[in-house]
Amino acid sequence: MPHDHDDHQHDNELDPMAARVRALETILTEKGLIDPLAIDAIVETYETKVGPRNGAKVVAKAWSDAGFSEWLKRDATAAIASLGFSGRQGEHMQAVFNTEETHNLVVCTLCSCYPWSVLGLPPVWYKSPPYRSRAVIDPRGVLAEFDVILPETTHIRVWDSTAELRYLVVPVRPEGSDDLNEEQLTDLVTRNSMIGTGFALPPVKP
Amino acid sequence: MNLHDPVDAPAGSATETPVFAEPWQAEAFAMVVALHERKLFTWSEWAQALSSEIKKAETRGEASNYYQCWLAALESLITGMNIAPKSDIDLLTRAWQRAALATPHGQPIRLENDPDRL
Repeated sequence: MPHDHDDHQHDNELDPMAARVRALETILTEKGLIDPLAIDAIVETYETKVGPRNGAKVVAKAWSDAGFSEWLKRDATAAIASLGFSGRQGEHMQAVFNTEETHNLVVCTLCSCYPWSVLGLPPVWYKSPPYRSRAVIDPRGVLAEFDVILPETTHIRVWDSTAELRYLVVPVRPEGSDDLNEEQLTDLVTRNSMIGTGFALPPVKP
Repeated sequence: MNLHDPVDAPAGSATETPVFAEPWQAEAFAMVVALHERKLFTWSEWAQALSSEIKKAETRGEASNYYQCWLAALESLITGMNIAPKSDIDLLTRAWQRAALATPHGQPIRLENDPDRL
C-alpha cells in the first residue's frame, strides 16, 4: 500500500483531547503541583497492579475463613486493608453478602464511584447511563441482560455508591467448591460477581 | 440494548478489556489522583465536579465519552481554583498541536518544537 507524504505528517497529529491533557500536564508541572514521574507511576499501578484479582482474594478468604468473613461484615475497610488493599481516596468500604434470600447489586447513579482498591477501574457498562439509571428502576431486568436469573423469591437489594462509601459484593460460594483451597477459590470469583451482575463460576470438574 | 461485556472471565485474567482506551485517558485519570493526593480537593468535591460534567453531557445527548467528562471536570477544578485561566489552557493546547505537527515522525513530541513558541 502506498504511503504518501501527507499520511506521514499526520502520524504526529495530536487529537484535541490528547493535546488538552498535555496542556494541563504542562501547567500543573510548571506550578509544581504534579510530578510527571508520579503520573507515570499512577498509570502503571492502575493498568497492571490494581484490579479485580484483589477483590477475588478478599472473597476467597471470606469463603474459607469464618473469622475473616465476620470481620469483613463488621468493618470491611479494616478487613480489606489487612490484605494490603487500601483506597487512595480515603473511602470506606462495605461488604454486602449474597444469600439465597438476598442478591446485592452495586451501582453509582451519580457518576461512577467504584471500589478501585479491590476491583480496579470500572468497566465501560458500569459508567454507562442505561446501567446507572436502570439498575435502580428495574434491577431484575438489568440482571437478566447479564444472564443473572434469580428466583422470584430472591429479594434484590441495590446499593448506590458514593465518593465516601463503596460496596463489594461477596457472591454465594459455588456448590461443589468445598474441597478447594483459598488460592483455587480465587479463580472462581469474577469481577461481575463482585458488582452483583454475575455469579461466581462453578468449579471445573477434574 | 446490550449492557455488558461478552464474557465475564475470572477476575484478573487476560481476556479482560484494557482499563484505558487511549493514553490521554490514563494521564487525565492519573492527574486527578495525584492532585487529590496533594489535597487540592477532596474526593467528594471531585465526584461532584465529575457528576456535574456527566449530567451536562447527558443533557447534550453525548453521554458516551466518560473520560471527556473526566477531563472537563479536571479543567473546571483547575480554573475554579484559579490555578490557570481557560485562555491559558486553550493557548497551550494549540501550542501542543503545532508542536506535534512540527515533530518528525518517530521522535517524541516536545513543546519546544512549537514553531510559534514565544
